[in-house]
Amino acid sequence: MKAGRTWAWLTFAAGTAYFFIPLIATLEFSMRMRRGIYSFDAYQVVLGDVRFQQTFGYSVLVSIFTILLGVLIVVPAAYWIRLKMPYLRPVVEFITLLPLIIPAIVIVFGYIRMYGSNSPLPFLATARGTDLLLIIGYATLALPYMYRAVDTGLRTIDVRTLTEAAQILGAGWATIIARIILPNVLIAVLSGAFLTFAIVIGEFTMASLLNRPAFGPYLQNIGANRAYEPAALAVIAFAITWGCMSVIQVLSRFAPKSANQPN
Amino acid sequence: MADAFLNIQSVKKDYGATTVVQDFNLGVEAGEFVSFLGPSGCGKTTVLRIVAGFETPSAGAIMVGGRDVTNLKPNQRNIGMVFQAYALFPNLTVAQNIGFGLKVAGVPKAEANARVAEMLDIIRLPEFGGRYPYQLSGGQQQRVALARALAPKPKLLLLDEPLSALDAKVRVSLREEIRSIQKKLGITTVFVTHDQEEALSISDRIVVMYGGKAEQIGTPFEIYNRPATRFVANFVGTLNVLEGTVTDAAAGKVRVGESEIVLKQPLSDAKAGATLSLALRPEAISLGRRPGHDSSLSGLISDVSFLGSVIRIRVDLGKNAISLDTFNSPATPPPTVGDKAVVNFAASDLLVLAV
Repeated sequence: MKAGRTWAWLTFAAGTAYFFIPLIATLEFSMRMRRGIYSFDAYQVVLGDVRFQQTFGYSVLVSIFTILLGVLIVVPAAYWIRLKMPYLRPVVEFITLLPLIIPAIVIVFGYIRMYGSNSPLPFLATARGTDLLLIIGYATLALPYMYRAVDTGLRTIDVRTLTEAAQILGAGWATIIARIILPNVLIAVLSGAFLTFAIVIGEFTMASLLNRPAFGPYLQNIGANRAYEPAALAVIAFAITWGCMSVIQVLSRFAPKSANQPN
Repeated sequence: MADAFLNIQSVKKDYGATTVVQDFNLGVEAGEFVSFLGPSGCGKTTVLRIVAGFETPSAGAIMVGGRDVTNLKPNQRNIGMVFQAYALFPNLTVAQNIGFGLKVAGVPKAEANARVAEMLDIIRLPEFGGRYPYQLSGGQQQRVALARALAPKPKLLLLDEPLSALDAKVRVSLREEIRSIQKKLGITTVFVTHDQEEALSISDRIVVMYGGKAEQIGTPFEIYNRPATRFVANFVGTLNVLEGTVTDAAAGKVRVGESEIVLKQPLSDAKAGATLSLALRPEAISLGRRPGHDSSLSGLISDVSFLGSVIRIRVDLGKNAISLDTFNSPATPPPTVGDKAVVNFAASDLLVLAV
C-alpha cells in the first residue's frame, strides 16, 4: 500500500516536472531581456507593440463571431440529431471529425479556389468578405470540439422529455432551444466556446493564406525575428488559456442542476 | 360517444410492420377521470401520446371538445401533461416552471403571478416558489409538474404514469391528491398506469388494454367484478381459475374435480363435455359456511401464509388449487398444512371466462 502511494506520487511529480519545467524555463528566459537582472521588459515591448494590440484585437473579434456562428450551427444541429435523428449520429460525428483529418491548408486552398473574385460567391473580393470566409473556416476547424462539447452537454439532460414538456405547454422550437435546451447545456457550450477561442487565437495557416491581420501570423513573425518576445508571448498565451479554463470552472458552479440527479 | 368531450376514433398505430395500437375507440365525458390500465407494451402510453400529439396515428382521429385535433401540433392542442420522469426544467425555479406555459401564452405578468400563487396553494407548496427542482423530493417535484400542467387551464389533462417513480407511501397520498384536485377543477383526465390498485382507486372508468386493444372499458366495480375476458380477470386483482367440464349446458352444470357446481345461468355457448374456465376472487371464498355460500369444493390445505392481519390459505383440489384469505383472529389458530378443508362460495360469484 505504502509502496503504491510512493509510486503514485513519483509519477505525479514526474508528470508535473514534464509540464512545468519547460514553462518555467520559458518564463525565466522571457525575463532575461535586460542583461544581468530579471525584468518584464519583453512583456512591456510585446504589450506596447501596436501590431500586438491590433492583431490580438482582430483575433478576439473574429473568435467571438466564430463562437456565435458555431453555437448557431452546432446547438440546433446536435439537439435535432439527438431528438429526431439519432441514427444519423455516427455520420455526423464522422463529418465533424473531418477538420482534424483534412489539413487547414487544403481547406483554405479550396476556399481560395471556390470563393475567388471571379467565382459566383466572391468572398475574397473584399476585406469584409474575406473576414467572413475566415470566420466560416474557423467555425469548421472548431467543429470537432464544439460539437463534442455540446453533444456531451445534451447527454446529461433528458432532451426528449424536456422538449415534450415544453411543447405541450405551448412552446415552439425557438422558445424550446433558447429557454430550455441552451440554458441547460450552457456550460458545455462555454467549454466549446473557449476551445474555439483558443484555436482562433493561435491559428496561423488560414489567416496567413487569406492575408488577414490575425494574431497567429503576428506570433510567427515575432518568433522568427526576435529572441525574448516570443517567450513572453508564449507565457501570455498560456495565461489566456488558463484564464479561459478558470472561467469555465467558475461558470460551471452556476450551471442548472439536474432535477433527478442533484449535483 | 359522439358527444363525448374526448373522442378517440378507430385509432391505429403502426411502427413499420408492427401494429402497437389497433382499432382503439373511446369516448371520455367532460370532467371524467379515465385510466388506461395494462402491462408494459400494451399500447396505453402510445394512445396517450397520440392524444397529446407526440405521435401521429396511422389511422383514426382524435376529437377534443368537438374539434378534430389529429393533425395539430402538441403546442396547439391546449392539453396539459404530467410525465413519469417529472420533466421539470432544471434551470427554472418552481414558480418559473409553473408559470412557463402562461409566459409562452403571453399572459400578463400580474395575472400569471397570481395564477402561479394559486397553483402553489392548490399543491400545498406555497413557500416553495423560489426553489429549484433539485431542491425538492420526488413527490414534491411531481406536484409541481401537476401544477405546471394545470396552470394554463388546459382542456384536457394527461397523466403518463406520474406515480411510478415514487415510493409506496408517497404514491398513495399523491394519487389521492391528484384525484381531489381533478374533482375540484373538474378537468377531463386520462391517466396511464400499470398499477391496478391505482386505477381501481381513483378512476371513474378504466380501459384495460392488452396487445394494442381495449380489452374492456368499464367502471372499477365492473372491471373487477365482471371481467369480460380471461386477460382482464387475471390482470385485475388476484383470481383463482378453476378448470371444469360442462355436464349439462342448459342447466349450467359444471364438474370441478369430484364436485358438481350449478351456475346461476345456462351455458348457451358450451356443449356437454366441453372444458370451461371458471374464476373466483379470494375474498368470495370462505372455509366455513356463510349465508349465501351455496356451493362447495373439498380438498387438502397445501399452504398457509401468515400476512399479519390476513392469513392466505391454499387448498389443493386435485387438478385445481384455490387461494383464499381469512382475517387473522388471535383466538383462533390458523389451519395446518395437510388438514382436510371444504371451501364454500356462492355460485353467483363464479365468473365464466371467455377464452
